[in-house]
Amino acid sequence: MTTLTLSGSLKRRNALPGFGLSLGFTLFYLSAVVLLPLAALIIRPWTLGFDGFVAAVTEPRVLAALRLSFGAAAIAAVVNTVFGFLVAWALTRYRFPGHRFIDALVDLPFALPTSVAGIALCTLYARNGWVGSFIEPLGFKIAYTPVGVVVALIFIGLPFVVRTLQPVLAELGKEPEEAAATLGAGRLQTFRRVIFPTLLPALITGGALAFARGVGEYGSVIFIAGNLPMISEIAPLLIIIKLEQFDYAGAAAIGVVMLGTSFLILLALNALQVWISGRR
Amino acid sequence: MRARAATEDHPLTRWALVALTIAFVILFLLMPLIMVFSAALEQGASHALDTLSDPDTLSSIWLTAVVALIAVPLNTVFGVAAAWAVAKYDFRGKSVLTALIDLPFSVSPVIAGLIYVLIFGLQGWIGPWLRENDIKIIFALPGIILATMFVTVPFVARELIPLMTDQGRDEEEAAISLGASGWKTFFRITLPSIKWGLLYGVLLCNARAMGEFGAVSVVSGHIRGQTNTMPLHVEVLYNDYQFVAAFAVASVLALLALVTLTLKSFLEWRYADEIAAVHRR
Repeated sequence: MTTLTLSGSLKRRNALPGFGLSLGFTLFYLSAVVLLPLAALIIRPWTLGFDGFVAAVTEPRVLAALRLSFGAAAIAAVVNTVFGFLVAWALTRYRFPGHRFIDALVDLPFALPTSVAGIALCTLYARNGWVGSFIEPLGFKIAYTPVGVVVALIFIGLPFVVRTLQPVLAELGKEPEEAAATLGAGRLQTFRRVIFPTLLPALITGGALAFARGVGEYGSVIFIAGNLPMISEIAPLLIIIKLEQFDYAGAAAIGVVMLGTSFLILLALNALQVWISGRR
Repeated sequence: MRARAATEDHPLTRWALVALTIAFVILFLLMPLIMVFSAALEQGASHALDTLSDPDTLSSIWLTAVVALIAVPLNTVFGVAAAWAVAKYDFRGKSVLTALIDLPFSVSPVIAGLIYVLIFGLQGWIGPWLRENDIKIIFALPGIILATMFVTVPFVARELIPLMTDQGRDEEEAAISLGASGWKTFFRITLPSIKWGLLYGVLLCNARAMGEFGAVSVVSGHIRGQTNTMPLHVEVLYNDYQFVAAFAVASVLALLALVTLTLKSFLEWRYADEIAAVHRR
C-alpha cells in the first residue's frame, strides 16, 4: 500500500524508472528470507502459554546457559574493548614492521569459518596444545571450562572493536592533542581528558557489536567449551539440543529470550552513547 | 637526541604498546591460523592430501560450492535491487528498511537455522504438509541454502547502499533523458561505476556463505556424503578423532579465508575510492 502511494508521489520528482520493481523485489525477498521466518520464531513459544514460556526459560539448565552466554560475551567484550583499542591505536598511530600484515590479519575472525577457528583454539588450549602445555602446569585450565568460552569470544569479537575505532582515530587527527599540549597538558592528561572522551562512543559501539556477536556465537565456542550442562554449555547449543528432542517451543523460547535481551542491552548501550555524546 | 613533539608518545610507551599489540595478535589471531596448517601437515603433506580425496570429503566440497553458487547470486541480485531502491529514491521508512536489511547480522546463526526448522521441520508450520507431499527442506539442500541465504543477506546491500547514495542519480537521469531504457541505463551507467564495490560485497558474501557453520548445522542433519558442507565436515571428522583429516579440510577453508583477505586488502588498496567500506574510513 505504501509502495503505491509513494511511487505515485515520486514519479513527478524522480525520472529514474524501476522504483516499484526494485523496492517490491527487496520487500518480497526480505520478507520471505528474513522477516517471516523471524515471525515464526517469535510466535512459536507462546504455544506453551505464558506460564509454559516462563517455565521453559527459567529451567535451571536454561538459566545457566543464558548466564554463561551473556556473561562470557560481556567479559570478552570488555577485554576486546581494551585490547581492540590498543591494536587500533598502534595501527593508526605507529608504523612498525609487520604493520600491514597485522592490519589485514585483524579481519581473520570475519573470514575464517567458525568451526575451523573452534578446532584450532581447542587444540591450542588443550592440555598438550601449544598454549595449554604452558599454562596447565601453572594451574590454569582453559580448554573445556567457561574460560575457554571467553577465549573463543575474544577471538571472534576483536575485529568489531578495531574496525569501529580505526576510522574514528584516523579522523581525530593530532590537532586536538596539539591544542591540549599547547595549553600545558601532559601526555597522560591529554589522553584522559581529550582523546579518551572523544573515542568513548566508538569504544561503546565496538564493544556492543562484539558483545552481540558473542552472545549468539556457536561454532568457535562448542569445541573448546566442553559443553558440560550447567557449567560450560552455551545457550545456542541448548537450542540445538532442544531441537533434537523435538522441543521446538522450548528451543524457540530460548531464542526469543536471547534476541530480546540482546536487543534491550544494545538499546541501553545506544542510549548511554547518546547521553555521553550529548554531554560533551 | 632530538626533542620529542608534544603529541608524540614517549618512546618507551610506544615500544610497549607495539609489543603488546603484536603479542596479542600473535596469541589470539596468528597462532590459531598456524595451528590449522601445522596440525594438517603433522604426518606430511601427502597424507593430508590423501585425506582430502575421501568420497565424503569430496562431496562436502561439492555441496559447499553448490550452496554458494545458489545463495551468493540470489543475495547479489537482492543487494543490487535493495541498493537501487534505497540509494536512488526517497521514501518514507527508508531507514527502517536499511536497519531490517542489516538485521541478520545481529541474529545468532543458530537462531537463523532454528527459524527454518520452526517453519519446515517435522513439527513446524508446514512440516506435516511437506511430509505428506514428500518434499524435503530440513535435513536437505533447500534448508541449507535458505539458512545460508539468511546469514549472508546483508553483505552486498550494505556495501552498495552507501556507495550508490554517494554517487547520486545525476548520471542515470541524464541517460534516461537522452532516451536510454532503464535496464540499459543500469548496465551501461550504474554497473560500471559500482563494479568494484559490488565485487567487494560479493567476495565477503561468498566467504561467509562457504564458511557458515552454526545456521547450516541446525538444518543439515549431518548426513555424511549428503548434507555435510565443508565446515560441518570439519566438525564430524574432528569429533571422530580423525584430526589430520579434520585439519586438512580446515586448511582448505583457511586458505579460502586467506585468499579472501588478500583480495579484500587488494581491493581496498587499489580501488579505495570505489569501495564504500573504505571510503567511510
